[in-house]
Amino acid sequence: MAGKRFLAIFLFLLGVFLVYFNAVPFVAQKSFFNRLPFKLGLDLRGGAHLVYKADISSLEGADIDEAMAGLRDVIERRINLFGVAEPVVQVEKRGGEQRLIAELAGVSDINEAIKMIGETPFLEFKTERPVEEKDAILSAQEKQERLNEDPYFVSTELTGRFLKKAAVDFDPTTAQPTVLLEFTDEGKEIFARLTKENIGKRVAIYLDGAPISAPVVREEIKDGKAQISGQFTPKEAKTLIQRLNSGALPVPIELISQQTVGAALGQNVLKKGITAGVAGLIVVALFLIIWYRFPGFIAVAALIIYAGFMLTIFRFIPVTLTAAGIAGFILSIGMAVDANILIFERFKEEKKLGKSLQNALREGFGRAWPSIRDSNISSLITSGLLFWFGASVIKGFALTLGIGVLVSMFSAITVTRTFLLALGISEEKKITRFLFGVKS
Amino acid sequence: MIHFRKITYIISGFLVLLSISAIAIWGFNLGIDFKGGSLLEIEYSEARPDASQIKEALKDFQIGELRIQPTGDKGFLLRFKEIDETTHQRILKGLVQSDRASEKRFDSIGPILGKELQKRALIAISLAVLMIISYIGWAFRKVSRPISSWKYGIVAIVALLHDVLIPSGVFSALGYLKGVEIDALFVTALLTILGFSVHDTIVVFDRVRENLKKNPGVNFEMTVDKSVRETIARSINTSLTVLFVLFALLFFGGETTRFFSLALIIGIFFGTYSSIFLASPLLVSWNNWSQKRKNKFKI
Repeated sequence: MAGKRFLAIFLFLLGVFLVYFNAVPFVAQKSFFNRLPFKLGLDLRGGAHLVYKADISSLEGADIDEAMAGLRDVIERRINLFGVAEPVVQVEKRGGEQRLIAELAGVSDINEAIKMIGETPFLEFKTERPVEEKDAILSAQEKQERLNEDPYFVSTELTGRFLKKAAVDFDPTTAQPTVLLEFTDEGKEIFARLTKENIGKRVAIYLDGAPISAPVVREEIKDGKAQISGQFTPKEAKTLIQRLNSGALPVPIELISQQTVGAALGQNVLKKGITAGVAGLIVVALFLIIWYRFPGFIAVAALIIYAGFMLTIFRFIPVTLTAAGIAGFILSIGMAVDANILIFERFKEEKKLGKSLQNALREGFGRAWPSIRDSNISSLITSGLLFWFGASVIKGFALTLGIGVLVSMFSAITVTRTFLLALGISEEKKITRFLFGVKS
Repeated sequence: MIHFRKITYIISGFLVLLSISAIAIWGFNLGIDFKGGSLLEIEYSEARPDASQIKEALKDFQIGELRIQPTGDKGFLLRFKEIDETTHQRILKGLVQSDRASEKRFDSIGPILGKELQKRALIAISLAVLMIISYIGWAFRKVSRPISSWKYGIVAIVALLHDVLIPSGVFSALGYLKGVEIDALFVTALLTILGFSVHDTIVVFDRVRENLKKNPGVNFEMTVDKSVRETIARSINTSLTVLFVLFALLFFGGETTRFFSLALIIGIFFGTYSSIFLASPLLVSWNNWSQKRKNKFKI
């Protein structure tokens, strides 16, 4: 008994603390407990969800994975450049297509951000096309054929993906600005081979599909360094290296889907979600107390502890809250009391059979368990599937609902039982009978 | 409860038939996440202009069919085919310059993504049904008298189809009459209804199982009737608490989850209705029917 009472007091204090812990972020700006904030989804804090398709037609096999990883890094760097808090950039393979998903939260100018990502330069090195091919294409082009083929140069495997860094330099004789490129180890080898095979010929450097320079190779270059001496103004050279350094895209990309939400709209949705949650909680609490009286009151206490637990879990994991996620949580409040209702109804039945109050309570908890377990499993099945099905909106819902089902099994059973049994109500007093809503 | 079964069969049958015909005739009004397209929400700082002005401002863009729907006090929701970022910016310029306005939301989804989501939605729903069937079959594997465990499963599935078809029918009608769209959240609602419907049916069947064990001699119809009576308070109360929170979500929650909560409300209501008035009576009818057949063979 003493142990139960101790546990009950502990749970009660824990509940009070959890409620305080989770209410703080909404009332006070500065508090120790705000260090672990709620993580809000794009639809609540405003932001953009962008899906790009990567053109991987020129690559195959392991190269694709590598290029996609490179693409992700580059775009992450790009996004970091304009100061987005915790951008999410991930690669997704779906239906034979390689995609890149970028989530930018709280960007004030989303359109500018999209432009920046899209404008990231695509750097290519090309070698001279053999003369026969060149002539063939040129004569075809005179007849208005093969128009979108480049007659002079062919693509090589050397692209911006192998670039380590770029810098501006000035030609000591002409004082013209030049751009220095340094390749990664892998790029160094390719570049060495490329230059070795093309001594005396031209190697063209293309930026975003347009040639910017086509120097003649004089000798094999082994140190992985190249120099572009196009007709740059100092400013142009500087912009170019900034763009190159933040990352040349290893493969071209195309925006195929975007979803953007303004910050004000998101805030409004969040406010409404909280209102709905609080309103739902109050109505359920009133119903439980009016219908089940004292046990109902205890169930409400368990429900509040449940809500406190859930919110704490959301902050610790952290679970990204979306409008749908909040809906899942609110729905789980309604479902969480199901276990309590099963138990209390069972308790009433057992009491009708003439059992003592304590015994009826114990039986109520014991016998309701198989139903609680079985019925919750079906909810877990659907949450699991929803999580799999999920676009990010739905994942949030599935996650909060699934966690809710699991936590509620604990809160409704353990917490309620601890409280009810700790009170040690055994006297069949009139007031007890009233409080439990049973006849003697 | 069981005695009214003819009436409840007729009601349920009628509603399901109505829903199926609605879906067959009108189909679903798919949202852009399923078929691709653009959605632009714009809000004006003063009174919003006439819809025809917007149409005029956008007439030069290649944006396919344009649908304009007022939202809130000063806003519009515009729907058109999916566009690239350049066109988006040009459209925005056209709209914002002519009046003081700001963009609140813009979605543009390619048709391939939409197709994919459609496929995944279908797979998710079929998988959910399959897993739930196997789960029920397993949960009731030890019950075989007087009717075998798989029949509980079949009956639960019939109830489940009933619970999913009716909200689908309602949304098909809403789509035709009010332009309400089916989006990923609607599928989420359907899957949630699936879970809840089974959850509710299982609690009643659990009691049937328990009562069968306790009083093996009592006739099946009486056992089922007793079980339904014993669990009805729980069924109704649980649905009530869920409906309370859903109504809170419907009235106080945001625009995003409005139709989501409506779909759930319809589904949860019929989920409870069907576990009391459809699933349990069906068990009895099935048992009676196979009993009759057996007796016929004996003669």
